[in-house]
Amino acid sequence: MTAFSFDAVAAILLIPVGAAALLAAFPNYRVTARLNVAASFLTLLAALSLLVTDRPQPGQYLLVDDLNIVFIVLNTFVGFTTSVFSASYIAHELETGRLTVSNLRFYHAMFQIMMFGMNLAFVSNNIGLMWVAVELATLTTVLMVGLYRTHEALEAAWKYFILGSVGIALALFGTILVYMAAQPVVGEGTNAMVWTVLIVHAARFDPALLNVAFVFLLLGYGTKVGLAPLHAWLPDAHAEGPTPISAVLSGLLLNVALYAVLRFKLLLAASPDAIAPGPLMITMGLTSLIFAAFMLYRRRDIKRLFAYSSIEHMGIIVFAFGMGGPLANFAGLLHMVMHSLTKSAIFFAVGHISQVKGTQKIADISGLTETHPGLGWALVMGVVAIAGLPPLGIFMSEFLVVSSTFARQPLLAIPLVFGLLLAFGALLLRLTGVAFGEPRGSTAPAEASYVPMYSHLALVFAAGIYLPPPLVTWFQHVARILG
Amino acid sequence: MHGLTFDIAHLLAGGLVLVSFMMLYQDRLFALINVFALHAVVLALSVAWQAYIQDAHHLYVTAAIALVFKAIVIPVGLHRIIQRLGIHRDIETAVGIGPTMLAGIGLVTLSMVLMLRVTPEADPLAREDLAFALSIILLGLLVMVTRRNAVSQVVGFMSLENGLVLAATGAKGMPLVVEISVAFSILIAFIVIGVFLFRIRERFDSVDIGALDDYRGERR
Repeated sequence: MTAFSFDAVAAILLIPVGAAALLAAFPNYRVTARLNVAASFLTLLAALSLLVTDRPQPGQYLLVDDLNIVFIVLNTFVGFTTSVFSASYIAHELETGRLTVSNLRFYHAMFQIMMFGMNLAFVSNNIGLMWVAVELATLTTVLMVGLYRTHEALEAAWKYFILGSVGIALALFGTILVYMAAQPVVGEGTNAMVWTVLIVHAARFDPALLNVAFVFLLLGYGTKVGLAPLHAWLPDAHAEGPTPISAVLSGLLLNVALYAVLRFKLLLAASPDAIAPGPLMITMGLTSLIFAAFMLYRRRDIKRLFAYSSIEHMGIIVFAFGMGGPLANFAGLLHMVMHSLTKSAIFFAVGHISQVKGTQKIADISGLTETHPGLGWALVMGVVAIAGLPPLGIFMSEFLVVSSTFARQPLLAIPLVFGLLLAFGALLLRLTGVAFGEPRGSTAPAEASYVPMYSHLALVFAAGIYLPPPLVTWFQHVARILG
Repeated sequence: MHGLTFDIAHLLAGGLVLVSFMMLYQDRLFALINVFALHAVVLALSVAWQAYIQDAHHLYVTAAIALVFKAIVIPVGLHRIIQRLGIHRDIETAVGIGPTMLAGIGLVTLSMVLMLRVTPEADPLAREDLAFALSIILLGLLVMVTRRNAVSQVVGFMSLENGLVLAATGAKGMPLVVEISVAFSILIAFIVIGVFLFRIRERFDSVDIGALDDYRGERR
């Protein structure tokens, strides 16, 4: 039993690597698009098998515990649906000549390497290895953001690369400081970087060093999470890259960085004399939320609009985890899952919409529910969900965040609710024009893959109405771990 | 620990900070790259010295990478690129040299105050290395912020990364140091020089990031 479950961890790492090699080798894009889907599906199955089998003992490098398994399953699931969406998206890009067949080989291989990097970051038990994995995932996305080679795409990729590198450098410095703090207690060598060892001994680490380390880690990985004021790369990277990449950036890569922040937050919480990480995270979360909510009003590009919405939601999630406690952590976790599902569904819809209409400008897209009801209603549902209207899942998680804040820090709830309402107004304002106005632009039928977006939306809808008790107990358990 | 070995380590790490300062006031690309090559040589010496006093042989690999790759291959490559692009003119700094130097002094003070205060119990050598390393990282950031040219931003990033390598080697017995320095070298070689500079030039005939700024998608 243990042997099989060890295989599952190996599988979620090796399948993407093997697939990347295969995808780079095959020239035929029809075959590779399907292969990409198949590989992502197998990875998802391997991740799901982690849920039912025994977990392996944590080693020096790899670890599966209750916390990261949530992230792994979410990651592989959205990775799989994105690969399905990507198959129909790129077929259209080839027709219009925006991408060539050789671009696609590169794109597919990079997609799988990115999945590998993200999975590795989740299962790594070693803070050095986690850093390497996050860096790998970032670099592959930089390359994919620049895929179209246009003026704007290159600017976006360059900005992403520079800011991402600075973030990653700060995170590495923080990682080195954690090692320095651990070394006198744990001893030299690999053990002082192993997560499970660190958390046991964290109480005896030098608190001052740990404090400084956490600031660097929060800034470094926070750049990746897209927290204001370090978010500048995010809207450009979302708007100019291929839309499947926008979906995984918002839905997954931000979570990877968030996961890293959470791990180190736990470490800090285990040390009694260190500063409380909460207030720092609350400040950054609230800043991002309110800043992004204001920025939503001035957007003219539809992908940029939703990129700012991602900053807003990451702000809410970081705020919730910063508040801490079982209820706020539960809300944060639920919100993260709901946001990943909804935002990637929105990007799936937006990707097809901008292909059909031939533009990403909000002003040029109008009356979608009449011309393309399938896409239009998906977008309506997605935006209603992301704006936090009942009965969808995000309403529930936002409600939990707000009510837990009211119960404990009523003053903090005021800016929180203000930001939420502001964002709500902006999103609905834009939605009415895009979905219901006078039909404008091309009315050609769309060859879209509806399954990924509607399956995500159905899950979000179902979660808003009824959360199965096993899921609730599971999330409650994880929320307790998060302290 | 105190005595000659400590003094030499201190001298080399301090020298690295000094070279970082030299980078701040270079207003020609070739000069900037030469200073960076010097930076890499000092780093290589510093890492090799650490390898010797810690008796950690794998650090010699890191030192060799610093020497061969960062002090020779990258500067030569950058020289070629600059010549081919014909941009060996002055580089415009976004901020004047005076304020930049003052900001640099402020950053070094900040990192000294911060790191020396939080690490009273650490090994004195590692402690000073960390303080110097943070100074170099912040100075590297300053170079990136004050330059608008893609090549000099890359140079700033590489000097920042040298600071990280110094910190990692100073932390005694830290695993993965060699791997991290290899990963960084690959990152720099492939991504920066290969992909970006080539394409930025291909599309814009300029490596001035300012030329990229004219599109913001929103404002115009």
